[in-house]
Amino acid sequence: MVRFIVRRLIQMAGVLLVLSLLLFVWLRALPGGTVSAILGERATPSRRAALEAALGLDQPIYVQYLKFMQRAVRGDFGASTAVLPGEDAFDVFLTRLPATIELSFFALLIAVPLGIALGYFAARRRGTLLDSATVVFSLIGVAVPVFFTAFMLKYFLAVQWQVLPVSGRQDVSLDGTRVTGFFVLDGILTREWDAAWDAMLHLVAPSVALATIPFAVIFRITRASVLDTLDADFVRTAESKGLTAQVVRGRHVMRNAMLPVVTTIGLQVGGLLAGAVLTETVFSFGGIGQALFESFTQKDYAVLQVLILASATIFVVVNLLVDISYAIIDPRVRTR
Amino acid sequence: MSSNVTPKSYGERRKERIDELAAASIDETPGVSLIASAWRRLRRNPIFLLGLGITVVFIVLAAVSPWIAPNDPAAAPLLDKVRPQSNPVPGPEPGFPLGADDRGRDLLSRLLVGSQQTLIVGVLATVFGLAGGLVLGILAGAFSGWVDSLVMRIVDVMLSIPSLLLAFTIAALAARPSQGTLIIAIATIQVPIFARLLRGSMLAQRASDHVLAARALGVKPRAIVFRHMLPNALGPVIVQATLVLAIAIIDAAALSFLGLGNPDDRRPEWGQMLGKSQEFINEYPHLAVYPAACIIVVALGFTLMGESLREALDPKTRR
Repeated sequence: MVRFIVRRLIQMAGVLLVLSLLLFVWLRALPGGTVSAILGERATPSRRAALEAALGLDQPIYVQYLKFMQRAVRGDFGASTAVLPGEDAFDVFLTRLPATIELSFFALLIAVPLGIALGYFAARRRGTLLDSATVVFSLIGVAVPVFFTAFMLKYFLAVQWQVLPVSGRQDVSLDGTRVTGFFVLDGILTREWDAAWDAMLHLVAPSVALATIPFAVIFRITRASVLDTLDADFVRTAESKGLTAQVVRGRHVMRNAMLPVVTTIGLQVGGLLAGAVLTETVFSFGGIGQALFESFTQKDYAVLQVLILASATIFVVVNLLVDISYAIIDPRVRTR
Repeated sequence: MSSNVTPKSYGERRKERIDELAAASIDETPGVSLIASAWRRLRRNPIFLLGLGITVVFIVLAAVSPWIAPNDPAAAPLLDKVRPQSNPVPGPEPGFPLGADDRGRDLLSRLLVGSQQTLIVGVLATVFGLAGGLVLGILAGAFSGWVDSLVMRIVDVMLSIPSLLLAFTIAALAARPSQGTLIIAIATIQVPIFARLLRGSMLAQRASDHVLAARALGVKPRAIVFRHMLPNALGPVIVQATLVLAIAIIDAAALSFLGLGNPDDRRPEWGQMLGKSQEFINEYPHLAVYPAACIIVVALGFTLMGESLREALDPKTRR
């Protein structure tokens, strides 16, 4: 197990290193790049040169990269130029992160139980109208652009019927106390119940919109996996030795069918990160997704670089954690 | 799923799924060809027929749209009806069944002609992704050894990053967003999938009897690769291409929404129309609903077709 984790950590570092190199070279190969973004296209050559020297852009690219890495290991990725001007780019990531975690958490809270329950029932009723209907429904879930779902939720729930807030994370007039940056949790910790409730209401529409992506995938994997397991020899054995249907379903079918589902949930983090860019932009949610959008529309390359690298890191780390938990759930892995 | 005994990384799992699909290319059923037997099952599959129907209608519409569109999609015949304060988006009237957009241009004509650009974006992104994947996959599958390892390591790094996030990054790093950069971004994220898929089925082909026979007869290596291995290895790749078309159209819409698509709206495209509609979404949601509905139906068509093709070719479900 330890060897496995170490091997995966080395692999992970390799991937991130290559990614950072590619990103770095690419950003600097851009015509104009950071200097034009800061000074505008018509800056005088002398001012450009001065800024280039100040930013260290006049040195050979490998020197720049080594310096970048040197600072990066200390958590210094340079200053933001547009998203939060002057702030450290890594701090932008840290302040925006809780919003996205909160959003993704609630999205999974909707998608996982619903996807597993519907997937299981569709598999049990294979070939019936209910099965086909849910399968087509999940395919529609794949075909609908997530930001359009967000548009429609916002339009009906917030604009037409006005049961939910239009955008943001919390009503500014509430002035909730900040402890962790997770607004719902903050409200509960400080016993500001109205603030917690308001943050919850702000989360409903964005998290439902974001949940459509993992829901469709979890549903389909659960269905396929339950179908596979129902056909397995050990299920037939369990049935033939006279176990009640309940025991067979709970202990034999579900427990085995859930293994691939657990891994799939880990893989959804990638989709959630990309989906968060779209959903947060629609609802002005203020997480790393929206920061990513702001950073590339305003050409804030320091922030863009941090956010991409951080997202990739989160993604590989979560998947490593899922794999470790997978080894804990599955006794066949544990014995190795 | 007893095959999942050792924990695997994200990339490894994506690899495995792709390899599984690649293995579907060798069919040992004697007598009936793979395509003939798949077609026999597909003919009676209502889901496949629905997908095929949608796809055919979409392609025909895209081809003839310039002639059947009632108005020029770039002209603004209703411009004099646009009042920025009271009436920014003119409603339906005779000759303009869906009304106009915020610049007084006929919405129906824009939707019809938009199908063309959407098809072009989808097809080009798929073709470029496929071409990149073909080159890498053939390189890796035809020559084993260090070429194979080098190509596959590159592919692995690309597979370990969430694909849509990679597309956002590529498009955002372009100096000036345009239709071209959008197509390149979406094509790039498909390259590793196609490469892995093709390599897998090429390897399966290399081990097959007919390639051995060709080699024994003294056929030149190049002819073996291009005449004997490649045509037989293309099956799963074509299925994947159908699914990628749907993904490309949806992803293109997402990139356009974020302002990473074509900024010039004289030639309409559904994703771009949907992206631009957000300005008026609260007052005029129909501007978003029409292009979105088109995207959803077309993406669903390609997905239904691709999924049923895959099921028909998958040895697991073929029984």
